[in-house]
Amino acid sequence: MINVIWAGLLITGILYAAINGTMDQVNEAIFTGAEQAVTLCLGLISILVFWLGIMKIAERGGLLALIRKALSPLAAKLYPEVPRDHPALGYMISNMSANMLGLGNAATPLGIKAMEELKKLNGNKDEPSRTMITFLAMNTAGLTLVPTTVIAIRMNYGSVNPGEIIGTTLIATALSACAAIMIDRFFYHLRRRKERRTNG
Amino acid sequence: MVEVVNLISVWLIPVMLLLIISTAVFRKVPVYETFVDGAKEGFGLAVSIIPYLTAMMVAIAVFRASGAMEALIGLIQPLLAIWNVPGEIVPLAVMRPLSGTGALGLTSDIIQTHGPDSFIGRLVSTMQGSTDTTLYVLTVYFGAVGIKKAGDALKVGLLADLCGIIAAIVIVMIVFG
Repeated sequence: MINVIWAGLLITGILYAAINGTMDQVNEAIFTGAEQAVTLCLGLISILVFWLGIMKIAERGGLLALIRKALSPLAAKLYPEVPRDHPALGYMISNMSANMLGLGNAATPLGIKAMEELKKLNGNKDEPSRTMITFLAMNTAGLTLVPTTVIAIRMNYGSVNPGEIIGTTLIATALSACAAIMIDRFFYHLRRRKERRTNG
Repeated sequence: MVEVVNLISVWLIPVMLLLIISTAVFRKVPVYETFVDGAKEGFGLAVSIIPYLTAMMVAIAVFRASGAMEALIGLIQPLLAIWNVPGEIVPLAVMRPLSGTGALGLTSDIIQTHGPDSFIGRLVSTMQGSTDTTLYVLTVYFGAVGIKKAGDALKVGLLADLCGIIAAIVIVMIVFG
């Protein structure tokens, strides 16, 4: 799937440019795109270094375990394959909390730590486990309580009530998270059925 | 309302740091050494994401620059017109899962043109706030731990995005329409 999307974007882009006469722009985009990606990763260094340090303190200080205990009944339903006292669950819950509070910078390192733990649980395979796919789906659904960036933009352009979209955003994001869970479960059952067929 | 939201977003991180560090000090954790210990991994992780993100961002940049994206948007617009959905939001709907900065740029642009309190302004605000950049999240999270095959993750993420966009349109139509 990801191979198809990646090749598809590049091939249709270049072929379309040939017809559309935009090869100049495409040629430029190749190099600026690469440059932007590296700049973005370099920008991630400061965030990852700082938050991974703070998170280690939260882990050793016992705060992460506290959050995990408080929310583990919910998480156990969402991620049934992870043992209840596994550190991955603590990271996943903290990542979701940070996302909900709109702390994208803090959420990314937590999510990466969760993925590391999940990969260990999955026997270090280079394919994603069921939990990894569910966790990613929850993240891409973008569950946020207060969309701070959007409110800031609305304020910038002189909105009478910049916060009035909080309600609609909450409902939309909750619905898309529910959809993510259902779609994820659906594909999981498809995979299971396929496995059973090939095994028996 | 807005002041409260702003106040919360300014205070949130410092208060969180205070909480994390004071509980650790209380439990006699050597906080400085622990910080350095954890922070060490950060550099390597950021660097390990570079190849994944470069691959993805170059492909998206080529697709956008060629004009193929505009052509795709042109194909979708008449379909939405049937449901009375303004065509101006289609570029954002297509961009949102692909590029975070691109989507943010489009959102500001649309809000500037139509005004933040217009129907379109409220709709793009809701769309921007209610979903995340699927391709970026997938690339960074899987890239950091060296997972090259995405499995069903991409399908699930993109389909959920579609549901999120439809949900945003329907809700904004009900509430502000």
